[in-house]
Amino acid sequence: MTNINTIAYKNLRRKKIRSILTLFGIALSTWILVSLFGFNQGYEQSLNKDIDDLGFQILLTAKGCPYEAATLMLQGGAGLRYMPETVLDELAEHPEVQALTPMLMQAAFDPMSGDTGSMIAYTGVDPLTFPGMRAYLKVVQGAWFTDLYADEAVIGYEAAELEQREVGDYLLIPGHEVELKVVAILERAGTQDDGTIFVPYKALQKIFGQEGNITSVGIKVHRDVNVSGYEEKLYQLPDVQVVSMAQVKTTISNLVDTARVMVLSIAVIAVLIAMIGVMNTILMSVLERFPEIGIMKSMGASSGQIFRLIWTETVILCLIGGIVGAILALGLQVVTEGLVRYVLPYSPKGSIIRIDALLALRSIGLIVLIGLISGIYPSFRAARIRPIEAIKSGESEV
Amino acid sequence: MSIIRAHKLVKKYLRGSEEIMAVNGIDIAIQTGEFIAFIGASGSGKTTLLHMLGCLDNPSAGELYVGGETVYKDNFRLPERKLTHIRRRTFGYIFQKFYLIPTLTVLENILLPHTFTQRRDNRNKVMEVTKLLGLDHRLMHLPKEISGGEMQRVAIARAMINEPKVILADEPTGNLDTKRSEEIAGILTQLNQEKGITIILVTHNPSIAQKAGRIVELRDGQLI
Repeated sequence: MTNINTIAYKNLRRKKIRSILTLFGIALSTWILVSLFGFNQGYEQSLNKDIDDLGFQILLTAKGCPYEAATLMLQGGAGLRYMPETVLDELAEHPEVQALTPMLMQAAFDPMSGDTGSMIAYTGVDPLTFPGMRAYLKVVQGAWFTDLYADEAVIGYEAAELEQREVGDYLLIPGHEVELKVVAILERAGTQDDGTIFVPYKALQKIFGQEGNITSVGIKVHRDVNVSGYEEKLYQLPDVQVVSMAQVKTTISNLVDTARVMVLSIAVIAVLIAMIGVMNTILMSVLERFPEIGIMKSMGASSGQIFRLIWTETVILCLIGGIVGAILALGLQVVTEGLVRYVLPYSPKGSIIRIDALLALRSIGLIVLIGLISGIYPSFRAARIRPIEAIKSGESEV
Repeated sequence: MSIIRAHKLVKKYLRGSEEIMAVNGIDIAIQTGEFIAFIGASGSGKTTLLHMLGCLDNPSAGELYVGGETVYKDNFRLPERKLTHIRRRTFGYIFQKFYLIPTLTVLENILLPHTFTQRRDNRNKVMEVTKLLGLDHRLMHLPKEISGGEMQRVAIARAMINEPKVILADEPTGNLDTKRSEEIAGILTQLNQEKGITIILVTHNPSIAQKAGRIVELRDGQLI
């Protein structure tokens, strides 16, 4: 017996180009949908990992803009507000503190860089505490500096490539006429650290005339410490701003939400277009087969069977389109990720789009469900066809 | 015993503001096993009558009984679900334009009614019908790969597969040449004589109509 599914499938092959174009539309929307869901899943995980990788839960900065502080924390921006280095002594007395690391951000204008010159950022760090906290920073060549006052530098992978420096080479700080000896090059980490030039913070203070000043302190607290409670305690310190991991997450999430809404809007539009495409294709197919459907009714097809036949065509289209779209999303994950990173204000390292089988299946399910909804009207139209009207219309020439 | 009976059957419809009487008070009884041909000029109402007798179209007035069941009487109309049941059980339809599904093979087209009646395919029945109609070597072909005569034979096979009591044929030879027309008329005669299937035929072709046991002429929606 020829079943309804076979008839539905064979009918879709009748107008191949139209079916393929509809499939393409569905596949495209599924691709966007899967990528969006993958983004929702992946971005948060990667952001959490990024923050965990910082090695500290709290960043203490001089009072200023919280967004600037968040950027400072994650991207090493040049937050040129200073606080006295003595704050370290005070913090060291807090029983909640497990480890501290001071940081000093500085920037110098290099007129020789590019066509119009550019700013080069330097991060002053304590070699005793900083590498321990950023455990993911691995040295590929040389070793971290040990002397806090030495004019030495550890440079990120990309910075080394850009400056074309190797261990033993020298880097000139423009405008200060100081040469830093490169003592180590870091392995590619996929973070902002790749483009960073690390200098002993004491040496950097001296070079930039900022003796006794730092821009931030990374604080790692003991495991059992209530972070929000400790934040309150830190606010007792004069002229400091406390940025906690939770705050950073919220700040970044707020920034990213705009992009997320944009991507979601695109997905909704794509799905709507696909729905209209499916409805149009199936409706056209129903109208073209008006006499044929009438004949089926004359040979005993019930309205329910005709509804099922047309609905099955919709399901087949959506199912195949959904599978193709999910495969596209998986195969082109890198491309999609690149595009998303381009529009985002901040992207954590690691994969920000994570697609797994369950997510792909759920998306296909959603597309099929949407297809079923868009197939209701054409199927209903077909089911309501009266055999005599259809036969009289007599368009089929077969 | 009559399998179909109509009493003062009327079909009227509006063409703009003008009321057209396509069928105007026809009384007719068709006996089981009869071969009847409706003839008449275009617009005489023969196809409309055929559609009503075959439960494809609703009468506007009158009475219609099929297999002892009241299909239409005094504005009572059998619900669509029951009409579907009658169509499955009683009728097989053949049309001038064949209406084969182009994406299905000859065999699939023949078995299409089984898809809707959910009958199991009876291999012997399929073999018998296709052999009778000379289609046994064409079963895996698509409709576009066979001739017009063969297409109509496929349509006849499709109409026969559910073992209907009545076959309604609306100008079945209208798209065929003389030789193929004679061939189709021969098949219908054979089905009537050998299988006892009631045949109701609408035709313009007098030589085809001659095959029928009874010829009924219509003019302006009435029997003459």
